[in-house]
Amino acid sequence: MKSFIQPEFQIVRDDDRCIHCEVCVRQCAFESHSYDPSDGKVSTDNLRCVGCQRCATLCPTQALVVKEHPREYRGNAYWTPRTIEEIYKQAETGGLLLSGMGSDMPHKLYWDNLLLDASQVTNPSIDPLREPMELKTFLGRKPRAARLSRRGPAVALETVLAPQLELEVPILFSAMSYGAISYNTCLALAGAARECSILYNTGEGGLHKDLYRFGKNTIVQVASGRFGVHKDYLEAGAAIEIKIGQGAKPGIGGHLPGEKVDQAISETRMIPEGTDALSPAPHHDIYSIEDLAQLIAALKETTRYRKPIIVKVAAVHNVAAIASGMVRAGADIIAIDGFRGGTGAAPTRIRDNVGLPIALALAAVDSRLRQEGIRNEASIIAGGGIRNSADVVKAIALGADAVYIATAALIAMGCHMCQRCYTGKCNWGIATQDPYLVKRLNPEIATRRLANLIRAWSLEIKELLGGMGANAIESLRGNRLRLRGIGLSKEELDILGVKPAGESL
Amino acid sequence: MRMRYSWLRYRLFCVYRGHEIRPYYMLNYYSMNNSTSPRVRKLARERIPSGCSIAGIMDVNGVVIPGSEIVGLIEVMHDRSNGLGGGFAGYGIYPRHANDYCFHLMYDYSEAKQQTENAMEKCFEIVGEEEIPTTPVKEVVKRPILWRYFLRICPETRERYYEMSDDDIVMMVVMEINEFIEGAFVVSSGKNMGVFKGVGYPEQIARFYRVEEYGAHIWIAHGRFPTNTPGWWGGAHPFGLLDWAMVHNGEISSYGTNKRYLEEFGYRLMLQTDSEAILYLFDLLARRHGLPLDIACAALAPPLWERIAEMTPHEKNFYRTLRIVYGSAMINGPSALILAHPRGMVGLTDRIKLRPLIAAVAGSRRFLASEECAIRAVCPEPERVWSPAAGEPTVFTMEQG
Ligand code: SF4
Ligand code: SF4
Repeated sequence: MKSFIQPEFQIVRDDDRCIHCEVCVRQCAFESHSYDPSDGKVSTDNLRCVGCQRCATLCPTQALVVKEHPREYRGNAYWTPRTIEEIYKQAETGGLLLSGMGSDMPHKLYWDNLLLDASQVTNPSIDPLREPMELKTFLGRKPRAARLSRRGPAVALETVLAPQLELEVPILFSAMSYGAISYNTCLALAGAARECSILYNTGEGGLHKDLYRFGKNTIVQVASGRFGVHKDYLEAGAAIEIKIGQGAKPGIGGHLPGEKVDQAISETRMIPEGTDALSPAPHHDIYSIEDLAQLIAALKETTRYRKPIIVKVAAVHNVAAIASGMVRAGADIIAIDGFRGGTGAAPTRIRDNVGLPIALALAAVDSRLRQEGIRNEASIIAGGGIRNSADVVKAIALGADAVYIATAALIAMGCHMCQRCYTGKCNWGIATQDPYLVKRLNPEIATRRLANLIRAWSLEIKELLGGMGANAIESLRGNRLRLRGIGLSKEELDILGVKPAGESL
Repeated sequence: MRMRYSWLRYRLFCVYRGHEIRPYYMLNYYSMNNSTSPRVRKLARERIPSGCSIAGIMDVNGVVIPGSEIVGLIEVMHDRSNGLGGGFAGYGIYPRHANDYCFHLMYDYSEAKQQTENAMEKCFEIVGEEEIPTTPVKEVVKRPILWRYFLRICPETRERYYEMSDDDIVMMVVMEINEFIEGAFVVSSGKNMGVFKGVGYPEQIARFYRVEEYGAHIWIAHGRFPTNTPGWWGGAHPFGLLDWAMVHNGEISSYGTNKRYLEEFGYRLMLQTDSEAILYLFDLLARRHGLPLDIACAALAPPLWERIAEMTPHEKNFYRTLRIVYGSAMINGPSALILAHPRGMVGLTDRIKLRPLIAAVAGSRRFLASEECAIRAVCPEPERVWSPAAGEPTVFTMEQG
């Protein structure tokens, strides 16, 4: 069958600059570039290119430009080139469409419609270069009141806190499984988490034996496939996360193709080499809230109540009520993953059409838990499309205790958002198990880049916080009075619990 | 819910505008501009940041201090206020009614008085009532009707609210009057204490209320410099609830966090002032959670994490736990405050002391003030004068009875 699909990208080679060194030929795992020894020339196949910019970035003479292919169909605001080509693809393959990373649809960007406050005159701003500025954050169940007892003149503390996660910065690396990402990428995340005194999350792929040493900075995940879950694994991390759903594909399971399951992954996931790793859509032992309560209780019992239990759900329409149920079922921390959250592979239709923007979901959950008087019983981690430090600050002002970042972390390591993670050919050595590609990601350098990112964001968070006249992140948490909405409808403002820009205190 | 707020908005609107007490006019106004008017809504919601002077004086042996002394303290700091609010709270001023709750009320008009009295009679026996005595002072204008009541909780009330303490019942009634009865505002509601406040310089307010005629073992005072729409009598300091009275100089950047935290515990923050939030935080931590005052202060202005890290393991656990539990109660932003209760007073500043506070001791007298000159105006040679460290509470407690 002749394919009707035209290239998405155009590779332009400046022949005056090209020295025929074949760097591009070696760098492109999609085999867009080829060298013909007969004429000593490098040629390109635009159709294979996914626009990852690897060749253009590494070309020693900057001879390459990879740009969007014009593909000028007759102009149509409704039947866009993307819509048309998706139909061609499905007509040619008969399969469902897959994508990597989070939705790229032009839905409203709530973070950009929220503005932060600053202090002037009556309330001085605080300069983080001169004054202490505290971002330390504790995640976990908190009692409603501290109980003290008096022994003569002295007072003693009766309250014993439930286990807490201590973070220097209210940011964690979100779940990405070994299998979906390479060992080196896992190692870099773990290393950076340790360096920044934060945590990273194993995702559902188990924990490679060489990474147990990062336990203090690790969240181990228990997902529907239960890959690599055993007693030592549960004991290995600082917290356990039960993954119910994921923002990029709410209601959907996962699929790691057998080709990616090499010896190390098979060992870590505890499945035979070369077999597909299928995560079912639901947990086969969770069909209602009381089942979740049982699993939480079982995990707490197994780890002797020394680790907080996180329950992660995708932001769906009824997320506030679901979150309240999770807290009542015993979750110490709830993680809400918004519509923009990334993934290694998701059916495109699900990714682009199911779920809620995290800002709305977060605001709804925080308000609901407060109305029910149980906000103290669980911390909230918001994730799914946090792009920069301002998003972090806005999320905390809406009510989050901390945020999960994953896409931003991958970008810091070199990801160029080509959205082809499911092919296993990630040219940046991230979403791949091909040893030739995995080598491309130097774990030390990647650790450095991640740690730099966290440091840079924390400096910016301190500046924003000081500008608002506060010197501790606690004073920003849920402080929606420091936010104003711009270009939002009355209903949106009500859900977010913020006033419109221009209205004073 | 919407309807309830609209009453309050209306009431606040009237007082913000500084209207004379003319019920007719206001009712017409109300029907013409119902509460959905954005201007009414906006005025009622606006929060008023302010700078101020604060002062407190007490005698640890319970020797009665004449009102003239606290007036002497606060009037020296005249320039820290701008004539848009002043007030006083005294403890021990009603010895004949020492065990009765005393409500100081502000009424915008007499209907409100009738309604409030009806509401009070449902829960209390009114054992005494009178107009609060005042003297005409040229500068003090647009005054509300000022009344005080001495109240006892009826036995049936205790039966009806068997799960609540006396204080909880009183607080419930106070919140109800303030929220639902249009034109009525409870200024203070403790035992053997009262708050006298209004729009004017503190020394004018003192003359107006004849503060020199009262004797108290603890006095606190406030001079106000609001930086926004001026003068509602109820918005002046001190703020009173039950036995607490508090004066505050500052504007807190954590207000939104504190407010939502308090709402989880049933407090209704109707005035939108920082100071109201702080007073309720003290009520929550010290009265309802039973924390000693210095520890409540350590929760509201907790030590920095780097200081906690240097503590002994025992202390570390204590302050770490306190800070984790009460993170949302932290007061952030410039603040200096004096909190008074029947057995003493506490001075506290924010964690980096962005507003001033000075303390002094002279014999059995204890002083707190924004400026040292205020203390020296009343007591030229104190034995000790010091500047309390940022975030560290200065706790003065009665030594006897
Ligand atoms: S896929 Fe990447 S490396 Fe290959 S040609 Fe396109 S931009 Fe270059
Ligand atoms: S991880 Fe790799 S494959 Fe996935 S979007 Fe990033 S660069 Fe592309």
